[in-house]
Amino acid sequence: MRATLERASPARIARRSTRPQLIKASITTVLLLFAFFALPELLSLYYIDTMTQVVVYSMVTLALGLLVGRVGLVSLGQVAVLAIGAWSAARLLFATTQPYPLILLEAGLITMVAGVVIGLPALRLRGLYLALITLMLAGGITVVLATVNFPNGGHGFLGYNGSLLHIPPIRRPSIAASDPAYYRFSVIIAILMFVLVLVHIKTKPGRAWAAIRQSEPAALAAGINVWFYKLWAFALASFITGVAGGVLAGAVHYLYSIGFPTQDSITLLAVTLMGGVFSLWGAVVAGFLYQFLPALLNNWGVSADWLIILFGLGVLQVLTTAPAGLADQVPRDLARLGRFLRGKGRRPSPTRGAP
Amino acid sequence: MIEVSGLTVRFGGVTSLDDMSLTFEQGTCGLIGPNGAGKTTFFNVLSGFVRPAAGSVRAFGVDLLSMAHFRRARWGLRRTFQTEQAIEELSVFDNVAMVHEHSRQGGSRHGDVLDAIAFAGLDADPEASVRTLGAGQRRLVEVARAVVGRPRLVLLDEPAAGLPDEETSHLAEVIRRIPEHTGALAILVDHDMSLVSACCTTTAVLDFGKLIASGPTAAVLRDDAVIRAYLGVA
Repeated sequence: MRATLERASPARIARRSTRPQLIKASITTVLLLFAFFALPELLSLYYIDTMTQVVVYSMVTLALGLLVGRVGLVSLGQVAVLAIGAWSAARLLFATTQPYPLILLEAGLITMVAGVVIGLPALRLRGLYLALITLMLAGGITVVLATVNFPNGGHGFLGYNGSLLHIPPIRRPSIAASDPAYYRFSVIIAILMFVLVLVHIKTKPGRAWAAIRQSEPAALAAGINVWFYKLWAFALASFITGVAGGVLAGAVHYLYSIGFPTQDSITLLAVTLMGGVFSLWGAVVAGFLYQFLPALLNNWGVSADWLIILFGLGVLQVLTTAPAGLADQVPRDLARLGRFLRGKGRRPSPTRGAP
Repeated sequence: MIEVSGLTVRFGGVTSLDDMSLTFEQGTCGLIGPNGAGKTTFFNVLSGFVRPAAGSVRAFGVDLLSMAHFRRARWGLRRTFQTEQAIEELSVFDNVAMVHEHSRQGGSRHGDVLDAIAFAGLDADPEASVRTLGAGQRRLVEVARAVVGRPRLVLLDEPAAGLPDEETSHLAEVIRRIPEHTGALAILVDHDMSLVSACCTTTAVLDFGKLIASGPTAAVLRDDAVIRAYLGVA
């Protein structure tokens, strides 16, 4: 017992940053600095635009990964949620002269309300049935958006004018009008969203979600209001997706309902699983898979349709060999490869290990 | 004090608890019976997972059954599960902190959580992931969760299932001290009669949903009806 008390001294608990954590934090900082300062200088405009899309969809897959990985709720309606965010931001950008960050916040909050409504079935449903219901809801939202169209500077609540010949583009923040500057702006917004999720995961909601995902009875017995925390997860995921939609609106300048097909939600889930739903890096990997790979193939003149097959195989690979996704598997395999190579370099004779 | 009166639970045609009336006074009380007797069903009623067809449960003057299930933990109800439910993704500390932050929160979270871990005699780093612990240690994580944050009523559902003798005797010592350490009433369900004898001053026996005996543990374990329920009639 005394040994246990000594182990459990407050000083020991307070000293939570271990060496691997420090290394991780340093790598993250270096990569972020590189992404923020160096990348826009090194890349062509084509790839800078692509990277902005990667950042946008990293936020979307971050939100989806939160639902799937942390809470165990499978949603197939995220593209529709993204469309709601993009629509709300576009409408506000045309209607008001508010600063862009404020509009992102508002678009996030509007989408959050919509997301909570979409999340209501999650209080009673799980697994395949929840996935099916969210897919149907997404289908419904897509149909509505195809009818009302995206705002393009017209009048009225919907802000759409079909007869306009010269459609004004959706504006960007004045300090981020150019493509490289807007990319940097999107990186800052994404960092804020990742920090928001990180804070949630490390505190009370994160512990509640972990309990809910493993065992709802255990969560209830621990006094966790499962109903509330599930809705909270949907609200947070929708807020982040809504903000991502707002960033997307400024990135592309023009929005069309054809850009948000319902089936893309399925591909999104596939890349989110491939990237890894248990780590925040998984969302970044998923963003690359979803936006960078197609751009790369497009540049090489290869049809992006191949990706559907590749993603299918990827999901199969992840589900059978690496449930925590590429974000977990690749560093582990690289470390293993490193150990293997070091071992090979050092090994003097084949007799090592003989009895 | 827990007063159970006329508690009846039906699942379709099966009557899992049949007009159960019983009072748990204080200390650690045993609740035993053959498989399917209704012990876990009784715990599930107290936890709010099962809605009884009839009856009432008054716990320390409060109507427990009218409370939403997640509010019962804040009131002071704790339980462990037959199949252990330590949350794998979290550390030992976070497992216990999770219960503390949804409870009546007696003192500082940090101190309370470490106290609970120390009380359970858990010989593991509080920062260690539960995934890395053995079965006995995971059971102790559940016990630490059950004693944190000023509990009033602690339900222990076969906490020693699958544990070797050495770990069971440590667990018995911990369970025995729960009432004096926390001031809570503890109810222990187990098939291990030596554990029940070691921990419980009084014991009640269920068979096919009916209460067939209750009283001082030693007397109950010698009761003919209890022996018949466990061993059958020759």
